[in-house]
Order: sequence, then C-alpha cells, then structure tokens
Amino acid sequence: MNIGVLALQGAFIEHEKTLRSLGANAVEVRLPAQLDDLDALIIPGGESTTIGKLAVAYRLLEPLYRFAISKPVWGTCAGMIMLAKDIGRDQPLIGVMDIQVNRNAFGRQVDSFETDLTVPELGSDPFRAVFIRAPLVTGVSAGVQVLARLPEGGIVAVRQRHWLATAFHPELTPDDRFHRYFLEMVGG
Amino acid sequence: MADNLNPNGSNNGAQKGTETLKRGLAQMLKGGVIMDVVTPEHARIAEDAGAVAVMALERVPADIRAQGGVARMSDPSLIESIMNTVTIPVMAKCRIGHFVEAQILEAIGIDYIDESEVLTPADDQYHIDKHDFKVPFVCGCRNLGEALRRIGEGAAMIRTKGEAGTGDVVEAVRHARTVLGDIRRLSTLRPDEWMTFAKEIGAPYELIKETAELGRLPVVNFAAGGVATPADAALMMQLGVDGVFVGSGIFKSGDPAKRAKAIVEAVTHYNDSQILAEVSRELGEAMVGIHVEPDQVVLGKRGW
Repeated sequence: MNIGVLALQGAFIEHEKTLRSLGANAVEVRLPAQLDDLDALIIPGGESTTIGKLAVAYRLLEPLYRFAISKPVWGTCAGMIMLAKDIGRDQPLIGVMDIQVNRNAFGRQVDSFETDLTVPELGSDPFRAVFIRAPLVTGVSAGVQVLARLPEGGIVAVRQRHWLATAFHPELTPDDRFHRYFLEMVGG
Repeated sequence: MADNLNPNGSNNGAQKGTETLKRGLAQMLKGGVIMDVVTPEHARIAEDAGAVAVMALERVPADIRAQGGVARMSDPSLIESIMNTVTIPVMAKCRIGHFVEAQILEAIGIDYIDESEVLTPADDQYHIDKHDFKVPFVCGCRNLGEALRRIGEGAAMIRTKGEAGTGDVVEAVRHARTVLGDIRRLSTLRPDEWMTFAKEIGAPYELIKETAELGRLPVVNFAAGGVATPADAALMMQLGVDGVFVGSGIFKSGDPAKRAKAIVEAVTHYNDSQILAEVSRELGEAMVGIHVEPDQVVLGKRGW
C-alpha cells in the first residue's frame, strides 16, 4: 500500500516511521504530482496556518480536495483542521468533513495534556492520547461517527465515510492501533 | 515538572507538562521557520508568511550587537501584545541561568522559553534546571556535548547557536556540522565505548546511549544564528537540521514579508533546486551582515 504523508511542515516523519513499521510504503507529498499512485493520505500535526499557506502557494489545495473525494484521508491535529468544513475563521482548508472544529481549543502550550481515551473501535484497552495546543470538534452533522470523547464529553476523534480525524497525535506514542485502523480503512 | 491533574488516578490519568508534551510541541514545529519579531505588526507579517512560531523580543540580535549594554528578558506587556496578535506559538528569551525571568515567562503563558546566549548571561556557571517548569525550553549548542548537557537539564528542543545578529551563516554551519558529525561519530562506536565518549564530550551517559540508539538527538534540533536567505535556510536543512530560526535576517532586510515567505518555502522545498531558484528571485536587499572570523565570535561562546 502506498500511503502519502503531506510533508509541507510538521510531524510527518513520525507518521512515516509508524507506517513503515506496519509494512506500508510511506511517500512524502509536497507537490500535486506526488499524489499520483497513492492509495491514501495522512495530514500530520504541525501549524495549520503554515500548512494551509504552503498548500495554496504550491496549488495543492484543489488536488488535495479531489484526492480526498475518492481516497481515504486521515488528519491528526492540524490535519483535522484541514479536513473540517467549518473552523470559524478564514484559513485555507481542504474542507470535506461535516464537522465544526475549534483551533487551540484548550489554551496555550502550558494547557497541553495527555490522557487515556476509551476508543471502542480499537478494543477495550485505553488509548494514551497526546493533545498539543489541540483542536476540539464542537459540532458534527449526521453521518459523522464519533470515535472518542474526553471524559468531559468533548469530541476528539471522528470518522465520516473514508475520512478519519483525530485532535491528538497517535504518531507521538508507541501505540499503533490508530494507524492499523486507518490501514484497514484503506484496505477494506 | 509533570503535573498530575488528579493524583487519585481518576480523570483518566490526565497529565500536563510531561516530556512527551514538551518535546511534542517542537516536533510539530519541524520543517518550519521560527521568526524573531519585535512588534505585533512584525508578528502578523511573520504569521501571514507562514512562520510556525515567533520569538517575541524587544531588540533583534543585530541591534543587541550594535547597541551593546546588558540584554535582558523583554517587557511582559510587549510579549503579551504579540501573544494576543497571532494564533501560532509564541516563544520568548530569558538570560542563561536566570530562572526568575523564566518563571515570569511561564506565568504569562508563553509557549516556549529560549534560554539564550543572545541575551547577557545571568550566571557564568549554571543553566536553569528546566525540569522544574511546565513550559518547554529550547537551548543553544555548538556541539553534541553541549546539546546533551542542555537536554539533561530538561531542554525539550535544541538549536545550534550560530552567531546571532550577523547575517553570516558560517557559524551556524560550523555548529550544525559539529553536532551532526559528533552523532555520526557516536553511531560508529561499540556500546562498550560509549562511556569514554560521554566522558570526552562532557555529556550524560544515558543521553549518549539514547542518541546512539536513535542515530539522532532525542529532541528536535533547529539551526539558528546567521540565516539570512532562502539558500541559507535550505543549506541548513540539507545539512540535517529539523527547521530554522531566523532572527535579524527578515526584519533587517529590504522586503521582510517577501523574504519571510521565501524562507518558509525554501525550508519546505529544501531539496528542490528549481523551487529554491524561484523563491530566491527579487527579494530586495538582504540584511547587510557582519562577517565573523572565529576569534570575533561573541555570543556563541556563552553557555557552559
């Protein structure tokens, strides 16, 4: 399987390592032509303003949208923001998922946190989730499946059709169940 | 220090200020450019150009060099006005060893503290015990021993020092080559040679072991100190750093907005010479720059 990782900026190498450890071929994507021959794409964590501006400057936004219409895409943190249709501010987005997302929803870096999440789709063991200046899903439309919530109720992982979005960073922890889950989405 | 939100084990073991969180923010900045700014207007230009973070300062290093005197932490009001202007992370500098300046920066909610040789050192022997803080720290280094001593003290990100405020990339290149060369040398050693290597370079053994096993520093490593052009930035990336700090190089140049955007694009496309040629065109005047001979290095030598 050829899995692209958007490599404009951010923690793309961490995703590539996990993908390779699971036997997938990870391909860095910086220009539109590099989307050819990919089975799926991951949009990593990073600064969503930077990723959006670079996507516009190198005419990637429209190709990314067309790619997402037909192929599986997973966004983590900044990637979740890129996939959302509504983030309540003017910023370049791919905008395919029917979710509302709040950037920096928990505050500044000193408010970043890690916590155990219950994710029924991944089995009964808790998933240690790392939230860094993280976004939060504040609204979902019908057809969006909520995969995980914080103990306080905030939505932090969602799936809609062949799109997956997580507000936290599974690429920063050794637990590879989210990557396996995404590869199953791609394979199935 | 890691802060258990609820020590009795409920609240799903939620924690703040852990190493994973401190190092993780730096991981999110990789492949990006962190820009020195002295006003909210500069900060907006930097964010619009695609900076991943800004460093809030009262004076850029070129002015610190020119004006002399004691350089200290910036006024918290200035830093807060910049924090209120942009959505990207905001960093600020404290003096080497000045843990009270660091406490103040943490109190105003800064995202990253740079314990920086660009300011006048407050302590000529000791750096800050950075484990004591929830906010992450970045520190400068010239070689692997210095990098691992800072990580040992709790730094969650490293930058090679270069020579700030010069617009001359030679020291940045020297320091990046030294750190990365030291790591390459370490990775050729047998495990029974690690302890003597640790002794030789003055680094904690556990971090030597971790670096040898990873084949890289255990934290993110940016270049800094003298980067003035897109080509300089791409040079540092091709040498093997994870991203670039640009201090005086942007706002001491003729067209800061255009140069800032060009450097951001050069860091993303650092291996694509066609794009590098494109973004290097018509940027206006670069900062004038001061060439530094090794015996003229002032700031880079600070740090112990």
